[in-house]
Amino acid sequence: MNPHDHFPEGSDFHASLRTRYRTAAIWQFLFLSALLTAILALTALLYNVVDGAFGYIAYEYKDNPAEFTSTPVDELTKEELLIILKTNLSSGAYNKLDNEQPMEKRSQADLMNLFLERLVRIDTKGTWSLTESMLRGAEIRAEAAEKYPNAILEFRSWLTPQFLVAPMSSRAEFAGVRTAVLGSLWLVGIAIFFALPIGTGAAIYLQEYAPKNWLTSLIQTNINNLAGVPSIVYGMLGLAVFVRTLEPLTSGAMFGVTDSNGRTILSAGLTMGILVLPLIIINAQEAIKAVPDSLRLAAFGVGATRWQTVWHHVLPNALPGILTGSILAISRALGETAPLIVVGASTFISLDPEGPFSKFTALPIQIYQWTTRAQSEFHAIAAAAIIVLLILLLTLNASAILLRNRHQVRR
Amino acid sequence: MHLRQVQVWIFNGLSSIVCGQTLLSMNQINLRKKSRVGESIIQALLFLAGILSIFTTIAIVYELGKEAMLFFNNPDVTLAKFLGTAKWQPGIGEFGIWALVSATLTTSAIAISIALPLGLASAVYLSEYASPKARGILKPILEILAGIPTVVYGYFALLFVTPILKNIFGDNIQVYNMLSAGMVMGVMILPLISSMSEDALSAVPRSLREAAYAMGATKLETSLQIVVPAALSGIGAAVIVGISRAVGETMIVAVASGAGPNFTFNPLQAAETMTGHIARISGGDLSYNSIDYTSLFAIALMLFLVTLALNLVSQWVVNRFRERYE
Repeated sequence: MNPHDHFPEGSDFHASLRTRYRTAAIWQFLFLSALLTAILALTALLYNVVDGAFGYIAYEYKDNPAEFTSTPVDELTKEELLIILKTNLSSGAYNKLDNEQPMEKRSQADLMNLFLERLVRIDTKGTWSLTESMLRGAEIRAEAAEKYPNAILEFRSWLTPQFLVAPMSSRAEFAGVRTAVLGSLWLVGIAIFFALPIGTGAAIYLQEYAPKNWLTSLIQTNINNLAGVPSIVYGMLGLAVFVRTLEPLTSGAMFGVTDSNGRTILSAGLTMGILVLPLIIINAQEAIKAVPDSLRLAAFGVGATRWQTVWHHVLPNALPGILTGSILAISRALGETAPLIVVGASTFISLDPEGPFSKFTALPIQIYQWTTRAQSEFHAIAAAAIIVLLILLLTLNASAILLRNRHQVRR
Repeated sequence: MHLRQVQVWIFNGLSSIVCGQTLLSMNQINLRKKSRVGESIIQALLFLAGILSIFTTIAIVYELGKEAMLFFNNPDVTLAKFLGTAKWQPGIGEFGIWALVSATLTTSAIAISIALPLGLASAVYLSEYASPKARGILKPILEILAGIPTVVYGYFALLFVTPILKNIFGDNIQVYNMLSAGMVMGVMILPLISSMSEDALSAVPRSLREAAYAMGATKLETSLQIVVPAALSGIGAAVIVGISRAVGETMIVAVASGAGPNFTFNPLQAAETMTGHIARISGGDLSYNSIDYTSLFAIALMLFLVTLALNLVSQWVVNRFRERYE
């Protein structure tokens, strides 16, 4: 029999080949479009946030500014504002503000905000997103003029320098993220202060010291599992252990602080530390694993002890990797919200945190709080706060990537 | 001259003494391991750091278990009613976990049905089709998606996805609904499934692909009929870890899925998941030892056990079904 009889070269074969190629092309397009869908979702998310943080706002003054001063609002100087505030605010309210921060030392913008917030009392009637404001500017103006004849309509960026330095306020127009950002920094600081040494120590133990036995493999499995425990469960652990059982310590009662319960920065920071611990251990282990064995053998060869080898040779070489892991842990801690809710972040704090025993709020908590409010002006400041958070995270992650790349080049 | 001779003599004498003594001490040197206190202390400290993770797990189980026991000791509560009924109203002593589990299942199912096809397809594209240059651009974008805090996804679900769904479904959909939360949760776990699957696909040896090409298979046939089946254990593990993430996810559902337990599997309705319930109740002022407080620990314990089981199963899947190539 001629072997060529079995060789598929008839028109049937070519027809099926064409179908197969067509199927392949269609599927390749589907694979790519799945990836593009993910990118589209990311774009939509970022667009959504930026869209919310800028746009038209229509507001009214509840009390006419002319009742307080004859000068137009835009031209008030710091001195004039001080006098207006002193004469029109009740002395109790004025002294309270003065105690928080001396009035004379406040900026003109700060005083102007107090004037608008406490005396004139701005009343927001409506807000519009950036896209709406750009595309339907004329319609919005007409709508606002019809619905709120006394209102002032202006284009507002909710993300301003004032937003970064102003403390919390119950009115979205004057609220800022200073207390939240400071709270977040305290929190992350405590978490890393606690988790970095312990995590690195655990990684050193597991990579350099641990014998191969059941205990070591138990620890290893356990760490991998802890990395998969939902963050809210860590929150419950923090609530039971740090907030409740260790209350004398975490509230600062042992150190003479009396005005606080266990729901403090310290409790939240320790909870966050336990949460990021597995992440730090796993990353540090990878970094230590990557240090070539020849270094260890050389150190042992000249008579170094195990710790000398680790301290002088392994750790310096693993340091960039460990730091990269810590930066990733920091960005995880910065964005984590659920455990903070459980541990008891206060949502309304207008004073800067003073120490580990203060009550606290954090950036993601504020975002959560403002997002769940019904009024649209709070959604706008939530968007502005998200931009602040994302910029912080982006900076951190970019520095982690730079660190990693620089290290790889040097190798 | 005389001095020089003396010097040589002294030098020779000294060197012989020194050498002799060295030899002598070499003979007496103790080559056994010295006990070094500092080293031992350091090793003990490092061991403590390592064992701390075990204590963390023990503390989780102990604390959750202790409070959950208090909850089940309450006369209003029985384990059978807890696991067997679907009404959660602490005010009148109704504690049926299914009112919360139904929402967790619904949102997780929506999330997985979005994240699995998209994540797997992205992984196949990145691993089999994309040029190194395209990968270098596309992968970091997925990593950005993975790094966005979940509360931001919550904002996105409530203020972007929900209004769009509202346009599509009109009055049939509630303002807070599980569909929106589930969809956004799918986007959130997509990068996880994609990167874990991609690792599994890349681990399949090149020789298998080349053998398939040599048999005349197209790239698609090679990918779907050779590479994906070979990497199935890794992909399975990715899906299980994805489910575990979805079950434990809190902020998206807390923001977008609604407040208040509701036994329903209808994604257009509002319902509270286990995590969402914990977040809402513990956010208020909660007095210790109240049944509201202890019930949260019972939910958390269940959550912990479910996610732990899922994670263990995923590790088992990887080890048990891994195809080994040498």
